[in-house]
Amino acid sequence: MKIYGVALLASCYFAGLILGEILSNIFNIDGNLGGVGFAMLFLILLSDWLKKKNLFHVEYESGIGFWTSMYIPIVIAMASIQNVHAALSSGTVALVAGTVATSLCFVVIPVLIKLTKKNAEQ
Amino acid sequence: MIRMIEDVFVKNGLIFSFLLVGVMMLITEYLSKRVFKNKIPGVALAIILGLILAGFGKEKGISNIAVFSGMAILGGTMLRDFAIVSTALGASFEEIKKAGWIAVLSLFIGILFSFCIGSFVAIGFGYHDAKSIATIAAGTCTFIVGPITGNAVGASSEVITLSIAAGVVKVVIVTIFTPLLAKRIGLVDKNAAMVFGGIMGTTSGVSAGLAATDMKLVPYGAITATFYTGLACLVCPSILYPSLKLILS
Repeated sequence: MKIYGVALLASCYFAGLILGEILSNIFNIDGNLGGVGFAMLFLILLSDWLKKKNLFHVEYESGIGFWTSMYIPIVIAMASIQNVHAALSSGTVALVAGTVATSLCFVVIPVLIKLTKKNAEQ
Repeated sequence: MIRMIEDVFVKNGLIFSFLLVGVMMLITEYLSKRVFKNKIPGVALAIILGLILAGFGKEKGISNIAVFSGMAILGGTMLRDFAIVSTALGASFEEIKKAGWIAVLSLFIGILFSFCIGSFVAIGFGYHDAKSIATIAAGTCTFIVGPITGNAVGASSEVITLSIAAGVVKVVIVTIFTPLLAKRIGLVDKNAAMVFGGIMGTTSGVSAGLAATDMKLVPYGAITATFYTGLACLVCPSILYPSLKLILS
């Protein structure tokens, strides 16, 4: 049953978000502290464990896989609901800060990636 | 008659958004093959088309127009996060562990880096108070961190709006340029994707940019990016803002 896969995904989703919510409460911050990241870790670990126990059915995978394949369409929809006007017109500070920081990030990334490669070779 | 048909679309907004995104992808896939000779991925074009459509609406992009309100459900946080988590099924824990410390390092470097540049730009534009500078700098991390920091330190709503805008500018740039620059910056494997997510941080931008580059890289970039947002929400108001205040005084 594909729905078992989707339900498994949903349970990891909630476990992650609740953990994120608890952490944000502890640190007294609005929002969710890394909930989606924890949810991803839970799904990786849980599906690994189920596969080892031979309890992970191929059908589960296709239930979860449907949502993975919906990911790109979701991202496209997400692009279409951004506040592009505010980004372009709310003041040059925002435009400059966002542009300069992002461009410099693109410059720093290859340096760090090379560092990881060197580290992996050693 | 037209009103009646429009009503059907408004009432079934989410379903209409499936149709709409499907058509958008069909068009951009065709353009990518025929006009751009596969030099620009169809997905990247579709995302750019999405951003152009967003320009027709207001604060919620195209979904401000009733017929397109379903786009806000399909592209909203709930389905987005659910789909991001689903990509983790293809990820390997071993790979994540292997990149472990460098991924954590890239998180800290990424947050500090964006925060510092954001601060410099804010100071350059004539802001003197630590509250406003920290909020704009936090917005340079991601558009979620900006308002959270702004609320925590008590910045004005005008500055908070600016911080969100800075974050959205980052999303737009990362989304458009990641697939174009990927090969040049060495963004070709899982380790690189984790570093990329850790430095850029903006989950929407990173995941959209990686999706347009190589779908296999999405979970690795997304996982560090989500921890970036979490960590930045934690350190911006609690460590970076007081440090900034200290330096300014």
